[in-house]
Amino acid sequence: MESNLGWKEYLITRAIRVAGYSAIVFVTLIFYFLLREGLPTLAEVKLTELFALRWYPIEKYFGILPLISGSLIVTLGAALIAIPFGIGTAVFISEIAPRWAREILKPLVELLGGLPSVVLGFLGILVLAPKLRLLLNLPTGLTALTGSLLLGAIAVPTVVSVAEDALDSVPRSYREGAWALGATRWQTIWRVTLPAARSGVLTAVMLGVGRAIGETMTVMMVTGNAPVLVTSLGGLFSPVRTMTATIAAEMGEVANGSVHYHTLFFIGMVLFIISLIVNVTASAVVFRSQKRAERVLS
Amino acid sequence: MNRFLFFLLLLMTLFISGCGASASAQPEVASAYIENKGSDTIVNLALAWAEQYQAEHPDVRISVTGGGSGTGIAALINGTVGIANASRKISADELTQAEAKGIQPVEHIIARDAIAVIVNPENPVSQLTLQQISDMYSGKISNWKEVGGEDRPIVRLSRETNSGTHVYFLETVLRLGDKKSKTLFSMDTLLLPSSEGIVNELRQNPNAIGYDGLGYVPKDLKVLAVAKKEGEAYVLPTIATVNDKTYAIARDLYMYTAGEATGAEKAYLDWIISDAAQQIVAKLGFVPILK
Repeated sequence: MESNLGWKEYLITRAIRVAGYSAIVFVTLIFYFLLREGLPTLAEVKLTELFALRWYPIEKYFGILPLISGSLIVTLGAALIAIPFGIGTAVFISEIAPRWAREILKPLVELLGGLPSVVLGFLGILVLAPKLRLLLNLPTGLTALTGSLLLGAIAVPTVVSVAEDALDSVPRSYREGAWALGATRWQTIWRVTLPAARSGVLTAVMLGVGRAIGETMTVMMVTGNAPVLVTSLGGLFSPVRTMTATIAAEMGEVANGSVHYHTLFFIGMVLFIISLIVNVTASAVVFRSQKRAERVLS
Repeated sequence: MNRFLFFLLLLMTLFISGCGASASAQPEVASAYIENKGSDTIVNLALAWAEQYQAEHPDVRISVTGGGSGTGIAALINGTVGIANASRKISADELTQAEAKGIQPVEHIIARDAIAVIVNPENPVSQLTLQQISDMYSGKISNWKEVGGEDRPIVRLSRETNSGTHVYFLETVLRLGDKKSKTLFSMDTLLLPSSEGIVNELRQNPNAIGYDGLGYVPKDLKVLAVAKKEGEAYVLPTIATVNDKTYAIARDLYMYTAGEATGAEKAYLDWIISDAAQQIVAKLGFVPILK
């Protein structure tokens, strides 16, 4: 009996260890693959051409700056929508809403998270884009803003559920302490609960932004895909082409091993590096704030 | 598009292998093989024809492959295919190569392909010259009032760069057929991944201009009449105007044979220009030829 348990335990710990390490292995392999397929671009396309302003691969224009700027502006817009809405909803669900409302809201938000992005894309094309065009008097409704709004809607559920978990795990005694000192409900939320849950909330924001920058189908359908360099926030109101949409639209037709093929992988590499930077920055911020908290406590 | 082609090819392969199985069960053996290769524009059409023809003539086997017009003509010159598909005329270079091998390519027009320029029905503009369309798409003209319309910005819609229609439109309209021209689409041209995307935007946006194969244009959108030059007649794309070449954005689609077609190939080519086969042409969004 005991040896049987030991054997099982051995197997299970091994399985868990393999699962843990496999994440590292997969990320490494994916990055290796991206490098192998993407780096030849640097030899095939001059740097000045690669960081030029025109993307028109069938005539050998491989300027990726418009694509990078397109992804950044759409993601920025989505973050501006998802962060306040997401954190606000999370605070409401965890701190303010009565029990019955919480029990309806939470599953609803999770349901929103399960919506396929292509469905949101359809909504965008048929409803949101025409409405936005008339409302803001734009030449076309297929703009970065349309993409941002939909991506915001996609990122909100992620932000809400992670941030809500973080707020939930703040010990009740913190809040009671604040109330005992005479803090109002708002002061308790803003000065005590949210800072205490800071690392979890930041993770929520990071995951939300990651979700937005990697989203493909929706942006391909609603942002118009015009590779124009975005130089100001006004670019939100004009069509853009994102990195993800470019890869998705062109990869299927490209000749394996051609310059265009390598450049698409190079774009994938850039995308990977951008999300890496977002992740590293966010964890650095979390790490630093924890250190400071430890110093204060000691 | 290519994924679709691939799927069709796969279906065809299944279909043909199915035929083979049934043929081997019967004593009858295929009396003729026709090798058909070339243009990717035509490959769907050629497959549909081959499928129909083989259903009617179980003793004939037709194999259809794409690869591009150049590939098809090269294969014809090398003698590996009986019929080459091409969406352009054979070039002078290719003709000399063929003659060097003692082959006299014979041209057969098998269908036509027309691109319609389309706008929202609310747009008062109903006719444009090729030069105007070129200037609109290249960014020289950015407001509808410059071509006699309302004071509205022009929103340019196009298919993605990997679409054959995109390339044809670039060469024929933007560059006006001039091979040396370096004119490109204006950078703010919206590149939509599907015909459906273009149609949707045109339906609700009076600022937009778009183009698509004539067979794909829904009835609730406005098709523009196009003149080849200022002062010439403005022509709407119809089966008649495409056939008499008065509509500018249209091309013939060809099949080439080495010398006059004979035997099974001749029978197949004759069938292709019959009414039954030309109905398939219309179904696939091309323009049937009128005799």
